[in-house]
Amino acid sequence: MSIQANNISKTFGGYKALDNVSLHVPQGKLVSLLGPSGSGKTTLLRILAGLEFPDSLDQSSIRFHGEDVTAVPAGQRGVGFVFQHYALFKHMTIESNIAFGIHAKPRRLRPDKHAIRARVEELLKLIQLEGLGKRYPSELSGGQRQRVALARALAVDPKVLLLDEPFGALDAKVRKDLRRWLRTFQEQIGLTTIFVTHDQEEALELADEVVVMNNARIEQVGDPQTVYDHPASPFVIEFLGNVNRLSPGFRPNRTHKQALYVRPHDIELFPGDADAGSWALDGKVLHVFAAGNYGRVTLQRTLTGEPLEAEIPRERLRKLNLQPGDPVKIRFTHTRVFEQIDATHQELREIIETE
Amino acid sequence: MISGNKRAQPNRRILPGFGLSMGFAVTYLGLLVLIPLAGVFIRASGMTWQEFWTVVTSPQVVATYKITFGVSLAAAATNAVFGLIVAWSLVRYTFPGKRVLDAIVDLPFALPTAVAGIALTAIYAETGIMGRWFYALGIETAFSRVGIYIALTFIGIPFVVRSLQPVLEDLDPEFEEAAASLGASRLRAFTHVILPGLLPALLTGFALAYARAIGEYGSVIFISGNMPFETEISPLIIVKFLEQFQIAQATAVAAVMLVASFVLLLGVNILQRWTESIGRART
Amino acid sequence: MHPSKTFRSRNDSPRTPAATAESPAVRLTLIAVTMAFLSLFLFLPLITVFHEAFRHGVEVYLASFDDRHVRHAIRLTLLTAAICVPLNLIFGVAAAWAVTKFDFRGKSLFVTLIDLPFAVSPVIAGFVFIIIFGAHGYLGPLMERWDVQIVFAFPGIVLATTFGTVPFIARELIPLMQAQGRDEEFAAMTLGASGWRTFFKVTLPNVKWGLFYGIILCNARAMGEFGGVEVVSGNISGKTSTMTLHIQTLYFSFATVPAFAMASVLAMLALVTLVLKKRYRMVGDKKRINL
Repeated sequence: MSIQANNISKTFGGYKALDNVSLHVPQGKLVSLLGPSGSGKTTLLRILAGLEFPDSLDQSSIRFHGEDVTAVPAGQRGVGFVFQHYALFKHMTIESNIAFGIHAKPRRLRPDKHAIRARVEELLKLIQLEGLGKRYPSELSGGQRQRVALARALAVDPKVLLLDEPFGALDAKVRKDLRRWLRTFQEQIGLTTIFVTHDQEEALELADEVVVMNNARIEQVGDPQTVYDHPASPFVIEFLGNVNRLSPGFRPNRTHKQALYVRPHDIELFPGDADAGSWALDGKVLHVFAAGNYGRVTLQRTLTGEPLEAEIPRERLRKLNLQPGDPVKIRFTHTRVFEQIDATHQELREIIETE
Repeated sequence: MISGNKRAQPNRRILPGFGLSMGFAVTYLGLLVLIPLAGVFIRASGMTWQEFWTVVTSPQVVATYKITFGVSLAAAATNAVFGLIVAWSLVRYTFPGKRVLDAIVDLPFALPTAVAGIALTAIYAETGIMGRWFYALGIETAFSRVGIYIALTFIGIPFVVRSLQPVLEDLDPEFEEAAASLGASRLRAFTHVILPGLLPALLTGFALAYARAIGEYGSVIFISGNMPFETEISPLIIVKFLEQFQIAQATAVAAVMLVASFVLLLGVNILQRWTESIGRART
Repeated sequence: MHPSKTFRSRNDSPRTPAATAESPAVRLTLIAVTMAFLSLFLFLPLITVFHEAFRHGVEVYLASFDDRHVRHAIRLTLLTAAICVPLNLIFGVAAAWAVTKFDFRGKSLFVTLIDLPFAVSPVIAGFVFIIIFGAHGYLGPLMERWDVQIVFAFPGIVLATTFGTVPFIARELIPLMQAQGRDEEFAAMTLGASGWRTFFKVTLPNVKWGLFYGIILCNARAMGEFGGVEVVSGNISGKTSTMTLHIQTLYFSFATVPAFAMASVLAMLALVTLVLKKRYRMVGDKKRINL
């Protein structure tokens, strides 16, 4: 089922959580709402679920597969919602938790006891917790609880699955496993799924489409590769992974206020006495650390004193044999320049591919 | 799925039942508590200012204020001191019988005041287990202000202890460790680091105990002797006025007592907000 | 999981050594003061009640209850509690639901007003109903015309008792339901549950111990209500004399053993209340640590 949200605004007291946001999610996709805390991503998810309502039901609309659900309450939208802290019913067994939504159906729509049991068993199997149905939530690990919350949401055959920071409360190892599991799981059942996260790695790795949010607005929508390679704003480039930000002075003749961004892996280093071309900058090595295939070099730009981070293939690093204090020539293989139009608005002006 | 008639009254509240629960609660509270209390003031406003003033400043009534507010103050102060020690010991130390002691702190909350009243009278009467010692020393513990003081101290015990306990439990030991590492003595750490953090809760407990004491009736009337100008408390004089069908006089004193209660409740509220803000700042 | 919970457990661990501990002398003094103070002010009165009640043996104690007026007083008190507790239960649940599951303007004022009966003298709790329903009260003439007796009768006792015990269940539930948050209810809603189903299947089981304790405390307070009832009832023996009023009557007529015998029943009820509170707090703590 596709989701179309139009002109959603939401204020809490005097605080603007969503500012005229519109969003389209195609059928069967796994979409991530990515942004820092306070960007409005969770509010948007809750509005889609019917756990909040937009400020104005006249100007805003939410359509599920063309059907207007703007004023439909949470329980009747056909939405499966997984809460950040799971919100499992503490006093119920796992089975009862999963079966809760089925039991809540009106009598004429409710399957018989055997059918419910079978459905619960099926779901337990799906989340790989067979045999744990009689346990209580407090007897499960965080990752297991998360999967129970998912099964409980799926038990009522939702048309849309919404997850609020699904991995936020888990430790790093479990998070990785569960992430992979969710990816295959979503492909299997093909349910339109939206999840909220503040972890860019999670969003890029997992989602078909990433919606980057900041300051109550959507900054950019696109598939992970596009969003990473062609960020639409300084915010997006800064939020998605490490990036070096350089002040104007790269091309000093320009009058506009500019910011230049370069990713650590888009930096090449040459010995200080090498001829690296006219684009190259002078710099100094501050610190070198190598782990895995890439080494991390902390540099200082001679002209301005700005620090820079570079990721250099280990092989190359060995050849350069850099020591703290060594002079180097710095060359960028890929940079982006954003220009400040006025005091508040920065906009992408050009993408320079040097070389 | 419900097809949208979205211009229908939107349900802005996610969970249902706000109108029902709030409506019931407000109606109930209004009919049972607020309107009856307002009735006292409306009745009192039916008196001329002169009449009202004559009643509430008549010597016998003024004597009851002095006794009620004065002895309550002494009892609440006693509870502030001992309540702090009790709460401190219960939170910080382990010792035999601690759990029983912790449970018994709530006794004045659960024990009917009349029961407490006759028990305290039996203990502190001239022949009582404690009374005989005090009388031997020339202190009349029953049918005197000392007796009122004992009863009001009894009923105030839970307030200071229960206000302090959660704050003491949440007190981060790092503050004390920091003080110790900076060379402060234990006493200095207590007065300069711990006590300021406890002060709002201590004052809240004190104010609660005080508010409870000025309204107290059941435990006092058995042990006090109820002699006008000597051991007569304000709630009692309301009862006496009523028994003589002097409704106007009773109303006037009740209005004064109610104002005192409201002021104290307001004070407690402000103190509790202060306590919470300190709690938030610390965590 | 929650920062506050790890914080709590740190404080549960044994106290840090030397640097932040008092000297043994100070510690022992403080513990001794605690024990002495609580023994003198709390244990002694409690023991005295039973000691006085059984002073002349079990038979005399039991004989105290073989009295028409005593039995009537007990019945009257039970009946009063049986009406007042359910009323305050419904109020407490409704108020707690409104306060903890919704945001609205004036919430803190509303919560303060719930506490109001607690700050008001019990004497006034009885007095207000005399002003309204008494012979010279606002509705006095109306009551007379309808031939309804409220003051100096059972309805007055119920009103004064209910007034005095309004806050107890609400005060127990509100912090508990506040701590529970709203997510479980929201989850139930997204799963299609109705409001009542959400309340009975999700909210209520989570607070059942707190609710139970609130009911017990409210009941103990209702059965022990004194000042308000004395004012409003007229204390007519065998008619409007509740247990506490009858204790007073017996005591002032020097029937010490029967007075304390009756008091011992209420003291037992108070003890049960304390034990239940301790147990329920422990159950609550255990849950908190598990999750």
